[in-house]
Amino acid sequence: MRTLAALLLAAAIATPAAAETILINNGRVVTNGAGGVIENGDVLIVDGRIAMVGANIAAPRGARVIEANGNYVTPGAFAAMSEVGLSEISGSGAPNDADIEGELISAAADAGQAFNPNVTAIPVTRIEGVTRAAIAPSASSTIFDGRGALVSMSGEADSVFRTRAFMVVELGESGANRTGGSRAALWPAFEAALRDAREYPARYRSGQGGAVLNEIDAQALQPFARGQGVFLVHLESAADIRRLIRFKRANPSLRFVVHGGAEAWQVADELASSGIPVILDPLVNLPDHFERLSARLDNAALLNRAGVRFAIAPGPGSVDAHQARLVLQLAGNAVANGLPWDVAFAAVSRGPAEIFGVSNLGRLERNYLADVVIWDGDPLQVTSAPTAVFIEGVEQSLTSRQTQLRDRYNPRNRRR
Amino acid sequence: MRLNLRPAIAIVALLSLAACATTSADNTADEGPVPFASTYTPRPSTPTLIRNATVFDGNGAELSNADVLMRDGHIVAVGQNLSAEGATVIDGTGKFVTPGIIDAHSHLGVYPSPSIDATSDGNELTSPNTAEVWAEHSVWPQDPGFLRAVAGGITTLHVLPGSGNLFGGRGVTLRPVLGATTVQEMKFPGAPQSLKMACGENPARVYGSRNSSPATGMGDVAGYRQAFANAARYAARMEAAENGQGEPPDRDLEMETLAGVINGDIILQWHCYRADEMANAIQVAHEFHFQIAAFHHAVEAYKITDMLREENICAAMWADWWGFKLEAYDGIRENIAFVDASGGCAIVHSDSEVGIQRLNQEAAKAMADGRRAGIEITRAQAWTWLSRNPARALRIDQETGTLEPGRRADVVIWSADPLSSYAVAERVFIDGAVMYERGAQRDPPSDFELGQTYSRGRAQ
Repeated sequence: MRTLAALLLAAAIATPAAAETILINNGRVVTNGAGGVIENGDVLIVDGRIAMVGANIAAPRGARVIEANGNYVTPGAFAAMSEVGLSEISGSGAPNDADIEGELISAAADAGQAFNPNVTAIPVTRIEGVTRAAIAPSASSTIFDGRGALVSMSGEADSVFRTRAFMVVELGESGANRTGGSRAALWPAFEAALRDAREYPARYRSGQGGAVLNEIDAQALQPFARGQGVFLVHLESAADIRRLIRFKRANPSLRFVVHGGAEAWQVADELASSGIPVILDPLVNLPDHFERLSARLDNAALLNRAGVRFAIAPGPGSVDAHQARLVLQLAGNAVANGLPWDVAFAAVSRGPAEIFGVSNLGRLERNYLADVVIWDGDPLQVTSAPTAVFIEGVEQSLTSRQTQLRDRYNPRNRRR
Repeated sequence: MRLNLRPAIAIVALLSLAACATTSADNTADEGPVPFASTYTPRPSTPTLIRNATVFDGNGAELSNADVLMRDGHIVAVGQNLSAEGATVIDGTGKFVTPGIIDAHSHLGVYPSPSIDATSDGNELTSPNTAEVWAEHSVWPQDPGFLRAVAGGITTLHVLPGSGNLFGGRGVTLRPVLGATTVQEMKFPGAPQSLKMACGENPARVYGSRNSSPATGMGDVAGYRQAFANAARYAARMEAAENGQGEPPDRDLEMETLAGVINGDIILQWHCYRADEMANAIQVAHEFHFQIAAFHHAVEAYKITDMLREENICAAMWADWWGFKLEAYDGIRENIAFVDASGGCAIVHSDSEVGIQRLNQEAAKAMADGRRAGIEITRAQAWTWLSRNPARALRIDQETGTLEPGRRADVVIWSADPLSSYAVAERVFIDGAVMYERGAQRDPPSDFELGQTYSRGRAQ
């Protein structure tokens, strides 16, 4: 057993880091695109991209052929919100780049500058089939948490593939708490910040300064205030969502994504016609905050029926640095509560890519980046796990600090 | 025999337990009625026969095409081709039947929804030793989490104080009774109370930041030992007084709890993550001659599986939580499976108002990860982590946790294999009575939820 484990480890380490030509043969291929699910399908990977998807693809000369044996072959999962890479240990007074205290920097905070591809949570995450994540910091005293980034789970130096991808803003209960405890102050504060940003740099050079933002934050906010970037808005209640929809109607150039949206089902039709997508947590069903008294398990199914675009990820209070891998379990629970399987899987793969405007991830289609996972079962089942994970065509090690601890203490490996 | 246990004998057992506690606590002759006694009564039930289901018996066996018969609140039989005149018959074809899930670690009621200052009621952070407080006195029966838990197949839960103190107070075993207006209506008859203790970072952080003890791991252990040394003397003086030697000490609620642990009347549930800290805790138990029922969280239990088995201590664990603090850094997905494979008492617990709704999925993860590590685990065996083993740790295993004849009829009918993401609880029986039925509106949401848009949405 030990020898076998050692051999497997050696094989994993020996995997070339360069993209190779790979044919995955005979899988249940979830394309997430026009091809739907292809039974007995093949996926050809060349130079880190999907070269071909279909039945009976002939292996090019020199290609490595991997038999999928009818198992699921899918795009890698995309955690639509996480703090992975922002801390090794989040508590215990250990350094945690996800938490920003004080008011020195708010909108200008930049998660891409803090991301560390070497944290042990990254292999822990990718060996469960998650290949991409959106990350953002979290502030405690201002309504802007800062700018999020999109990252790969490759662990490589170039993991951050988009910085300043979105601006996180609190427009619900926690936002109100940061503006003196009231939404009555929150929205004027938000609108004032947008004005400061739009009038940057003039009002700062003139010496007038910002009404609510310092110069650095105004500069960071400007592209978003001009509709050149998306606001990721934390709010939960139907009333807050309606406020946002009205605001969007009055400011059509601005782009919003709701993160949270526990009561979105109550305003599903309005959301659908507003075009505002939602990143929701299908496990949120408790009235644990007054802004989500009407949370319910079939939120995703109801939004889907109404035609709202959505992705699935932990809710604003549950985002963490270590469990991004659980997005697939979240999607499975949405299925248990009425969401069709293909919609649920897309909500943790294609959906996040689309919401963040990433046009080459989330599908197994020609020219998409080859983030591909082969599974030993239904990927939305908690009992399933990947047998192979590729990021941009590079096969990833399935070893993590956790599997090393497992192998060290496995009672099967113990000497009698 | 077991049928006899309740209701009459169970009440006697409760009285004797309470009597034992009072004699050791106070030997004044005339005690009032047992304080805070359970007033739980099973809901009305009809004899029920579930036919032709896949059954996990809670003891590790799986039966195909099996029937389960319940009558008068108890399991009568599990087997093939059962019949019962007048029984309500439920077709279990394609469905799975299991004992109800028992969560050994919950804060429902003491940290209820909604989470606001007024409901943060689970940590008496005023002294590192608050062994005198009882979690049940903080339980808010209106917590909407109880309904959600039943819908996840929970039939019993142990509600504990938080882990901010070395001695957090007494825990209580509850039935998730919908519509209960008092916690006494929810108390599991005859179930012993527990003492919640805590290792590690939490007490040291809470009190260290106030520049008082404990500020360190060594302060933690010194705090345990001094308290038990005092309690041992208290218990000895109490016993001597009962034997006519000397005056009893003044009644001291904190000492009563600790003396109850030493006497074995109160079971010990100990929050402890790290292997080395669990080993230290075991040394304290040896020094003062008490038994630890379970370590909770026990993220490093897999490093000391033999020790836990030999000490007869259960480990109540998450499937995969890790990394949120240093003492949780070594969490692995195989922890539960490794404890089980080593012959130990493995428990899947939630410590979460979200997790308690799907502990079956947590067991499923642990089973699958264990199998991938080469451990043979049947799904029926995995179910012992959810019902029989927590029943043992709570000392209610003669009452519930398996489908043995005579046990309380705490039963869940699942739509599919419950070790799956897609299975949902269709019907949940507590003492043979339907406490939850999926899609039925007969269990109203808690008073708190009445009139809110949630209930209006449900009614539509």
